Amino acid sequence: MTFWLPLIVLFSSLVTGLVIFMLPEERSRLRTTLNMLGASVKVAGVFLMAWGLLAHDVVYEVRFTMGFGFDFLLKVDLLSLAFVSLSSNLWFLTTLYAVGYLEGSPNRSRFFGFFSLCVTASTGVALAGNLITFFIFYEFLTLVTYPLVVHRGTPKALEAGRTYLWHAVTAGAVLFLAVVWLQVLSGPFDFVPGGALHAVENLSGTDLKVIFALLIIGLGVKSALVPLHGWLPTAMIAPAPVTALLHAVAVVKAGAFGVMRVIFDVYGKDFAADLGLLSPLALVVVVTILFGSVRALMQRELKRRLAYSTVSQISYIVLGAVVLGPLATVGGLVHLVHQGIMKITLFFCAGILSEFLGIYRIDQMDGVGRKMPVTMALFSIAALGMIGVPPVAGFVSKWHLAQGGIQGGQEWVVAVLVVSSLLNAAYFLPILHACWFKPAAMDFEGTNTQRGTFSKWWEAPWTLMLPTLATALFSLAAGVFAGWEWSPLGVAEKIARGRDGGLP
Amino acid sequence: MNQVIWVVLLPFVGSVVCLLAHRKAVFALGMAASLGTLIVSVGLVAHVWEHASARVELGGWATPLGIALHLDGLSALFLLLTAVVGVLVGIQAGSYFAQSPELRAMGSRFWPLWLLLWGGLNGVYLCSDVFNAYVLLEISTLAAVGLTILSGSTASLVAGLRYLLAAMFGSFMYLLGVALIYAGTGQLDFLLLSRGVTPQVHTLTAFGLMVFGLLIKSALLPFHFWLPPAHSSAPAPVSAVLSALVVKASFFLLLKIWFVVFESISGGTPGGMPSQLLGILGSLAVFWGSFQAVRQSRLKLLIAYSTVGQLGYLFLIFPILASPDFQGHEALAWGGTIFHLFSHGLAKASLFLAAGCLLQAMGTDDLHAMRDIAGRLPVITFSLGVAGVSLMGLPPSAGFVAKWMLLRAVLASGQWWWAPVIVLGGLLTAAYVFKILAHTFVPSEGEALRLNSVPLVMTLVPLALAILCVLMGFRADEVIALLPAVPHFGTGKNGWEMP
Repeated sequence: MTFWLPLIVLFSSLVTGLVIFMLPEERSRLRTTLNMLGASVKVAGVFLMAWGLLAHDVVYEVRFTMGFGFDFLLKVDLLSLAFVSLSSNLWFLTTLYAVGYLEGSPNRSRFFGFFSLCVTASTGVALAGNLITFFIFYEFLTLVTYPLVVHRGTPKALEAGRTYLWHAVTAGAVLFLAVVWLQVLSGPFDFVPGGALHAVENLSGTDLKVIFALLIIGLGVKSALVPLHGWLPTAMIAPAPVTALLHAVAVVKAGAFGVMRVIFDVYGKDFAADLGLLSPLALVVVVTILFGSVRALMQRELKRRLAYSTVSQISYIVLGAVVLGPLATVGGLVHLVHQGIMKITLFFCAGILSEFLGIYRIDQMDGVGRKMPVTMALFSIAALGMIGVPPVAGFVSKWHLAQGGIQGGQEWVVAVLVVSSLLNAAYFLPILHACWFKPAAMDFEGTNTQRGTFSKWWEAPWTLMLPTLATALFSLAAGVFAGWEWSPLGVAEKIARGRDGGLP
Repeated sequence: MNQVIWVVLLPFVGSVVCLLAHRKAVFALGMAASLGTLIVSVGLVAHVWEHASARVELGGWATPLGIALHLDGLSALFLLLTAVVGVLVGIQAGSYFAQSPELRAMGSRFWPLWLLLWGGLNGVYLCSDVFNAYVLLEISTLAAVGLTILSGSTASLVAGLRYLLAAMFGSFMYLLGVALIYAGTGQLDFLLLSRGVTPQVHTLTAFGLMVFGLLIKSALLPFHFWLPPAHSSAPAPVSAVLSALVVKASFFLLLKIWFVVFESISGGTPGGMPSQLLGILGSLAVFWGSFQAVRQSRLKLLIAYSTVGQLGYLFLIFPILASPDFQGHEALAWGGTIFHLFSHGLAKASLFLAAGCLLQAMGTDDLHAMRDIAGRLPVITFSLGVAGVSLMGLPPSAGFVAKWMLLRAVLASGQWWWAPVIVLGGLLTAAYVFKILAHTFVPSEGEALRLNSVPLVMTLVPLALAILCVLMGFRADEVIALLPAVPHFGTGKNGWEMP
């Protein structure tokens, strides 16, 4: 079972995707069944792995050798477990959402096929046990998200697809160079908590610095570090479930997760700090956090504002990796999960607004809270979480990041977080004010006809509302029950303890 | 070990039989010969796998008098690639040439020529002396030209003539080199030559002429001019064979000439100018071929230019192996090059066959006509995509493993200046592959283009090739294990001692 379980988790979506490609367009019921079946198997598999790893210390490992030190390795540790449980659960919900969202639109077999492959790729990224395996799935992710971004085939979508592709493929080439170079210098190595490189002898510091820069450039494009973030706001042209997945679990997260792997498990946080690699990266991260927030403030389109907000929020995760205090590591790790569930809620809501009320811009949102109270309530929870208002999840992340900054003697972290939170408030609160307190600007009754009307509580089909409700409640629960041993925070603390040992 | 000769004889016999047989029986006979050759080829690979390399003297005559065949890991892999692509292309051809009386007539000419070509290629992989290599290479060139002009259209005749003239000139140069070396040493056999070669003027001239001739035939920039028109104007199964196999045969011979026959000359000057020059030309080919591919608006021409670009990578092996601080890494360079050759063979065959399907479905191979193809011909688009991924060198595919090994070899050899070639070449490849794919996603405007039906078999063969390409990305070990029988490999020429 220790060999097969990671493979089952990986293949549950791969096989689903490949079968769905073969299905004729009109078999939507069978397709949905298959999708949900695959998603359930994956969630169950991840749950089993989590149980085995946490309760019985089982090591799940799949390795086969390709020759020349090229090992294909899937290995489950706590960090991969955190990411893979996030992606499997959110895949389940997003699939449900997508089924409702795309009902009746063309080319759904292709869409869901690539959708499943996309999750396969992010599962692989999570489970990869060494850099080369990580790279394989990281590139696979680029390939399978492209058809999702250009799904609608409009000139705008194709343009966005081209921008995305150029960013991602170029970054992939840089990353490839770095991975191969590192392997030529150091020989093959697996991810080791605490870093693998400091044990290798005869490595020159200069080479390691250059390679680190290349790795961060390669990963920074997907995790949207300024100035490599250009693709993210244009890619929001994709259908809402795709943007939701892109921003919450798949592409952006894979980049941030990769940065964590490189800093924690390849270089090791202390070794990287000794080499003087973390301070320049910290500068980039701070610029990204502030720049993303400022740009978000300037956007008039809802999805664009959310996209720039992602640019800023993802860098919190990286911030957790570069700030020295162990509590910051906890903050970054926990934000990996928290940002996912909060941002996916926001995009789900934005999708509902655009699909059923035709709302795309923020100035159209006046008074929409009265028309769609449930949706907007969920939106508000997530937005408040993003700002960092207790007891929603975002507060927990920011609290730990700030604590970590103080712990490591880097008080500037607190200042950055305060400024960033003020900016977050500045771009989210006006939306909340407008939708709840302003009189309705448009006649919503007229626009409601696109998809028909629903009852007072189900403002949209249940397939759209239920996932949104679930993720919003998760965001709330992750904050309220943060003290529980198996909450995201609890797991993040376990991970950090296993890695740096500095956590009290 | 006597079945070695069958891998050459069987296609030749099949070719003659197909020529004489009734038109209706040609496909069955041709397929029978193909399958037979596949079985023998696989048997030979298994033999090399178990017993390392082998040398057979035909008729029991020793080499200065008789003809020797030499089978090692390198030739076994080439035999295997040719057989796998050959059988799949044969299946495709059976379906392709069965569609109209016109095509059926073309098909009855296709089989004799194709089997002749196959026999010639297998002969090149096995032969062990420079003159027989010339004869067999010439047979395959003539058959390839015949296949190019199969359709008889003006474009194909022009392209075929250009191909013929360029290839003839190349062969002539090679033959001149052979004559010189024979006059100087009185030897033709690879092994005997390699022992007797000394850096004298006539040997150097012969070496230069032979390499020059083979470079023309393997379409290295700037001698690539004949390739794109010839490969793009032929019928789809022919294009697949030409791009996937024929150009590689002359590259194979080049490897033997460079690393076995003239080892003392080419290896004598570490990091020497000739090998650097080949590397530079190869890099330029990567850039120029890929750049031209990006500029094309016709699918088959794009794929043909892509061949020019992809062949360029193969020539990086010369400077890498010439590096003095490369001891112990030869296996990487050989593995990367052979893997690239293999993956390119499979992927390119898949691309050309898929392009053939599209051409038939749409009536044109203009990229702009490919609207909404992803939605309406998903299997073909999928094959294009998967084969394209392998060309780009992105995982999961054999192309990725090849790029990985090549880049490692380059960095390990200390010649870091080839690394940008591999990385940027991959980016340019991505540009033209996604140029194809982006067009398939555009929804139809107004009335959709009416698509002709494509037989199911024809759509499945490219898919099979593309999937093989992906699966090979997970099995590098076997290929590497076969390669130690390669000359100039590891500690010595272990595969090349006289029995």
